[in-house]
Amino acid sequence: MGKKIAKEVSIAVADAVAQCRVDVISAYPITPMTHIVEHLAELVNNGELDAEYIAVESEHAALSACIGASAAGARTFTSTAAQGLMFMYEMLYIASGFRLPIVMVIANRALSSPISIWNDHGDVMTMRDAGWIQTFAENGQEAVDLIYHAYKVAEKAFLPVAVNLDGFIVTHVVEPVELLDQEQVDKYLPPLRMKYKLDPKKPITIGAIGVPEIYTEARKAQDEALKASYKIVVQAWREFEKISGRRYNPIETYRMDDAEVALVLIGSLAETAMNAVDVLREKGKKVGLVRIRLWRPFPMQDFLKAIGKVKALCVFDRALSPGATGGPVGIEVRSALYQSNKRPKVLNIIGGLGGRDVTAEDFMELFDRTYSFLKARPRFSYEIYGVKE
Amino acid sequence: MRPEFAKFKPVNLKELPKEDWIAPGHRGCQGCGTVLPLKLVLKVLGPNTIAVSSTGCMEIITSPFPFTSWRIPWIHVAFENAATVASGIESAIKALKRKGRISKREKIHVVVFAGDGATYDIGLQYVSGALERGHNIIYCCLDNEAYMNTGVQRSGATPFRAHTTTSPAGKVIPGNITWKKNLDGIVVAHGIPYFATASPGYLADFLNKVKKASLVEGPAFLHIYSPCPTGWGSKSEDTIILSKLVVDTRLFPLFEVIDGKYYILNRKVDKPKPVEEYIKLQRRFRHLKPEDIEYIQNRANEEYERLVKLCEIFAPPKAEKEAKVE
Repeated sequence: MGKKIAKEVSIAVADAVAQCRVDVISAYPITPMTHIVEHLAELVNNGELDAEYIAVESEHAALSACIGASAAGARTFTSTAAQGLMFMYEMLYIASGFRLPIVMVIANRALSSPISIWNDHGDVMTMRDAGWIQTFAENGQEAVDLIYHAYKVAEKAFLPVAVNLDGFIVTHVVEPVELLDQEQVDKYLPPLRMKYKLDPKKPITIGAIGVPEIYTEARKAQDEALKASYKIVVQAWREFEKISGRRYNPIETYRMDDAEVALVLIGSLAETAMNAVDVLREKGKKVGLVRIRLWRPFPMQDFLKAIGKVKALCVFDRALSPGATGGPVGIEVRSALYQSNKRPKVLNIIGGLGGRDVTAEDFMELFDRTYSFLKARPRFSYEIYGVKE
Repeated sequence: MRPEFAKFKPVNLKELPKEDWIAPGHRGCQGCGTVLPLKLVLKVLGPNTIAVSSTGCMEIITSPFPFTSWRIPWIHVAFENAATVASGIESAIKALKRKGRISKREKIHVVVFAGDGATYDIGLQYVSGALERGHNIIYCCLDNEAYMNTGVQRSGATPFRAHTTTSPAGKVIPGNITWKKNLDGIVVAHGIPYFATASPGYLADFLNKVKKASLVEGPAFLHIYSPCPTGWGSKSEDTIILSKLVVDTRLFPLFEVIDGKYYILNRKVDKPKPVEEYIKLQRRFRHLKPEDIEYIQNRANEEYERLVKLCEIFAPPKAEKEAKVE
């Protein structure tokens, strides 16, 4: 097992990508993901990583080149954020429709306008329906581990995987991180074998027209593949636990055993929220935390199990869906609950937008409000939190 | 000049393979002058080729699932980015060859087929990126001078005064108001190893250029004239006549540029045919007034003469002069 070394998370993530022996990297710079691809370029140019680095002219081209390379049988990597993700949007659906095992790191960042380089989930929530497997890291160690996992899953499910790291909050933090040994990675991740690829010995046609007679069937097949990837995701985490000792689940819970009120969120804010939970628990409040690690396919059963018998949930969204019935996570949670017999009250809060800090005190206040929500129903379906009036 | 051309021998028409790598029975229109050059390109490149198509007629007519006309590996991703997809494929082949997962001896051509819209307009950035990075790809711009697949809309390649559905011959504005974009100049400015214009009307010249493109290491760009009877309102049987006339009227000179600096004129047109002969065969030009035709005639001559001068000034070094195409 490797040693714990203090590293900037972006550098550690790039090292993990290199350990996965990628064949082709194609990327276009955007804050806050740049350190990842800069380090990969360094590794390639110093002869430490045997890969082709394509310094493309845009994000749309970055994913386009990955699609070509992946279709030709190469293990590929790209990374982006915010406007970059928006610019590659068209290709997101094609990558998943072609069932290509591309891995992308998204350093989550707010969308323009106003232009912001700071963290929220507005970017990735727009690709909710793009057919990618999507995971979210809470900290640097998890970010690194999700890279190994992403390739394992992508190449078994034949679906692209987006690993989400909160921009700056995770990407730029120096943290003690333990990488796997190269031998462990090689064992966990055997060389990519594509059953169908662009090979003159076995010609295939990729990207044919889906006439109305087959389009629905093709989409259904894609949906089934994404749903079926759940088992692959979980299995890959089990295997990972065996070699690393680190355990990951689709849904993470914190002090949920007898919780009455729980906070639901995604990403690095969970670390802050845990502090709030600890303080309130000391005061005798039965509060807990549910963190969604696997966002697509949405692990509905795990989620329903995780919330136990809570009376109320505070779903904290870091993305705004203007004019909708809630934030993306809020909508998802309410929809999941409606398909079950559980009927906890749901307070949907939108916050932490564009790098706005969310503190443990904020979460304590939100827990308070969730408690009062048990008595009186508010008149809004969601609220943007912490707005300066 | 390019050391790769030392190996060059002109294509022997009699030895061209009987096989086609694009199957008959596709859905192309009668007299389609786009699928014809596409087929010819593949005849020269052979089956060890991976083809990338941009969205357009050629993609539509060859791939309605569950049918495919492609006998070689083929991928279509989207409208604008065929050059970049090809970049990815070429990079993958490079990396996998180095790692021993593809045999190092195997020569695999990566060829792009993209229309004028996909090249002049929506894909210009992608083309430029791929050329600038120096990928070993053959980019074929099949130029039928408008967005034919969506119903004949104007592109940056549409000729002056041509009627299209978005540059209609109206009472106030009679057709397309701009001259065809100088894509050749843009491509040549990248200093790529090989650039050539080609027309299916001059078959030997065409095939030799495909062969040269296949020999160079690095990007090769073929700008291929591709008549579209449906979009141009020309007769199906006139496709080859037009493919010759466009050269003979100086509207589409046949030339090559090596390494972005050596110019070679492949077909001298000392006594050009009047552009009117070319124009009158196409309904898209039927509203043209004598002064329009005169303008086109003058500009064609002017641009041709400029090209002749370039070819004189920037001729390849004499000792190593190319084996003459044609």
